[in-house]
Amino acid sequence: MTGTTILLSVQGVTKRFGGLTALSDVSFEIRKGEIIGLIGPNGAGKTTMFNVLTGLYPHDEGEIFFNNVALGTNTPDQIAAKGIARTFQNIRLFQNLSAIENVMIGRHVRTHAGVFGAIFRTRSQREEERAIEKRAHELLKFVEIDDRANDLAKHLSYGDQRRLEIARALATDPQLLALDEPAAGMNATEKVALRQLIDAVRATGVTVLLIEHDVKLVMGLCERIVVLDYGKKIAEGLPVAVQRDPAVIEAYLGADIEAAA
Amino acid sequence: MISYLPEKIRNHPAAVWLGFAMIAAALIALPFVLSMAGMAWVRIMNLAILFALLSVGLNIVVGFAGLLDLGYIAFYAVGAYVYALLASPHFGLHLPFWVILPIAAMVACLFGVLLGAPTLKLRGDYLAIVTLGFGEIVRIFLNNLSEPINLTNGPKGIATIDSIKFLGMDFGATTRFGDFALDGLIKYYYLLLFILIIAIVINIRMQNSRIGRAWEAIREDEMAARAMGIDTTRIKLLAFAMGASFGGVAGGVFASIQGFISPESFTLTESVMILAMVVLGGMGNIWGVIVGAILLSFVPEFLRYAVAPAQQAIFGRQIIEAEVLRMLLFGLAMVVMMLYRPAGLLPSAVRQREFGRDEK
Repeated sequence: MTGTTILLSVQGVTKRFGGLTALSDVSFEIRKGEIIGLIGPNGAGKTTMFNVLTGLYPHDEGEIFFNNVALGTNTPDQIAAKGIARTFQNIRLFQNLSAIENVMIGRHVRTHAGVFGAIFRTRSQREEERAIEKRAHELLKFVEIDDRANDLAKHLSYGDQRRLEIARALATDPQLLALDEPAAGMNATEKVALRQLIDAVRATGVTVLLIEHDVKLVMGLCERIVVLDYGKKIAEGLPVAVQRDPAVIEAYLGADIEAAA
Repeated sequence: MISYLPEKIRNHPAAVWLGFAMIAAALIALPFVLSMAGMAWVRIMNLAILFALLSVGLNIVVGFAGLLDLGYIAFYAVGAYVYALLASPHFGLHLPFWVILPIAAMVACLFGVLLGAPTLKLRGDYLAIVTLGFGEIVRIFLNNLSEPINLTNGPKGIATIDSIKFLGMDFGATTRFGDFALDGLIKYYYLLLFILIIAIVINIRMQNSRIGRAWEAIREDEMAARAMGIDTTRIKLLAFAMGASFGGVAGGVFASIQGFISPESFTLTESVMILAMVVLGGMGNIWGVIVGAILLSFVPEFLRYAVAPAQQAIFGRQIIEAEVLRMLLFGLAMVVMMLYRPAGLLPSAVRQREFGRDEK
């Protein structure tokens, strides 16, 4: 199922905040079509990695290649246009807009109508509007919240808000979907459903990068896992191998001496 | 307003057309009714429509994109001066209005971009301060650009600006059709109404478009909007530019109605007034904004005419000056509004939710 083409290649990326090195010489690759997990203890630099990847922070050293093109100093909107979409750790929906509007906004980057089209309601503009709405409904159906299409984002349940965020991200037609702790705050049933959803996303040909605390979810879902600790990559590989890696165990449980202290 | 009618009747096409026809007839008859009370009321109505036009323009920036602009009057000033310079003896130019108004819109649009570009990274209070400064800078420039080259004639302003001439009618004078006399102000009323309707259509269409949604996204959460691929720089500049061009057109018509403009007409107070109209009416809702503009233009004038005679009649002398009472009531009205209807008189659906008490 996993292709061998490299979709994303992170090469020696370093990010400093003043004196703090949040990411230090991190390198890993993501292949087309796989689900890859990015894990690590709190403060390991996972979200920083996400923010660097999606252009929110510029990185200090190294380079990220997407489809063999350097992302360089691209802004978040340019990166979204290139095909990387994301969700946020603390949900950032457009709270006062309806679910369907949220998804329709996600179509912005793949549509073109401008001021002229809007004012004169040209035929191409009206067709595009219809297509946007149709696609948005499809995506809501895909994440199984189409019955809440006209409800405000803020009135959806927590799990549904997470789903809506995924639908909104998918609306940008991404090649790589980066999910920042999608299972946070979910109950067991919701987690099972989320797992099925992520599998379904992958089945449509979208590569998934997953940051997650829930080790069980990551181990069950991901084909490969990258482990960060204190901004450094300490392990990478198959879930089974990573689970047994002494460096990973130490990072999560502490070294013997510290554990004893 | 007509919600008490049964739905079947309300949605029937004939009922809709009848409603339209009635509103149109009322709007056409309005200036003649007003003129019975005196031409001054037609003038006030015209100014009210001008303010409605400005509010609709500012609504794009503040209501849709959520960018607080306290210097909006600057674009009005730019439009007015463009008209004044191109149609007055000041430079000896007398271009027709249909040439000048598009120019006024474009120049104001340029100023909108000029203001927008350096403020893109600012939000909320910081943006408000910079826009406020921008408004003042424009006014001060207008005040001082009389040397070394006399561009704006400084604080003396520009006088004897051409009135609009169209279809052989001079909007500055009364036209006679046999026994029927059409006052200049009434002609301006129709022109302004026409421009306002176009502005409303543009506004509504923009709101329900891809760009309108992008504005809403920026207002809701700029970071998320960027992550969704919205080029916030361009979309924000577009909001400033579009809002400004409405202001420019309004300014141009203002200059031609007044026949005289000076920097004094474009103070911070005016900016605040327009913002108050937008907020009072209901940010983001075009109809609310228009109601706000009409109310805030009319009520003070009404008080001006009503307060002094009323006090004379009741107390036999004038206790509080009309001007003072006017501002007092005005302030009170604003406070009451913000307490009981914080989302405005006719809030937009989105704002209503935002201020609503239905939080989960």
